[in-house]
Amino acid sequence: MKVSAIITLKKDVLDPQGKVIHQTLDGMGFKDVNEVRQGKYFEIDVRENDPAKAKGVVEDMCKKLLANLVIENYKIIETQ
Amino acid sequence: MKSSVITFPGSNCDRDMDVALNKFGFKNKMVWHDDNELPKSDLVVLPGGFSYGDYLRCGSMASKSKIMKSVINFAKSGGLVMGICNGFQILVETGLVPGVLLRNKYLEFICKNVFIKPANKKNLYFKNIDKNILEFHIAHNEGNYFCTNDQLKEIEDNNQIAIYYCNNKGQIEDKFNPNGSIKNIAGIFNKEKNVLGMMPHPERMIDQCLSGEDGSLFFKNLINNIKNAS
Repeated sequence: MKVSAIITLKKDVLDPQGKVIHQTLDGMGFKDVNEVRQGKYFEIDVRENDPAKAKGVVEDMCKKLLANLVIENYKIIETQ
Repeated sequence: MKSSVITFPGSNCDRDMDVALNKFGFKNKMVWHDDNELPKSDLVVLPGGFSYGDYLRCGSMASKSKIMKSVINFAKSGGLVMGICNGFQILVETGLVPGVLLRNKYLEFICKNVFIKPANKKNLYFKNIDKNILEFHIAHNEGNYFCTNDQLKEIEDNNQIAIYYCNNKGQIEDKFNPNGSIKNIAGIFNKEKNVLGMMPHPERMIDQCLSGEDGSLFFKNLINNIKNAS
């Protein structure tokens, strides 16, 4: 079963890459942008057919490796 | 005095560190990341470099490697562990020292000499060092020290700040902060002060012909402190 997780920087953490992307978008003419925050997306194929269990395994991965909880939040977005 | 330098795939300051440690009297052993056992050591060093290509987050993969279990146990039982640059990034990923190292504030890889000032000398790393301001080298892309406000309070309450970025007169100001680190922090201790993580490289300052001698001062002092403590 495939489980997807999104890792985002917490609100107060500086995201210089997001800032530069925002500035570049602005320079390209995308003037209606308030803020850009860059994150990470993982698609993990787990050998588990029960959605709840599969999500649980990926949540554990997020806590232990995929995210650094000092600066990042994780969200498990879908299973298929 | 015995030391061990851990080599991870992508470490590139491991041999420099080996030269520095041997030069000032340590009997150093190189230890491979995939080993389980640490040799008997008075000091363990996690060197600089780009372990695992800096994948995911700098230091995150190395922090889960086999040898790190032994390094963590060694640190938790009071052993001296020093992480330089990528080694510091590995230490924060293990949780042995608090905080994280973010991308440099202005998105530049910084490679230059900096001045640093030990926050206090009540620890085996800087005790008795006879200079208050040292010139070390930095070379990093992710050295922007960050922690939460609660962590910062705890760090300050426990005197865990090891060194600050400053100028040659020891002034700790924003304009002497190369990478955006909170409070100009260049290095951090754990609560017990046996684990030190710092971005600057003392091993690059051990030869007057090549660079400078402030690293020599650091290592000479460190081995003396370890001898006197044992």
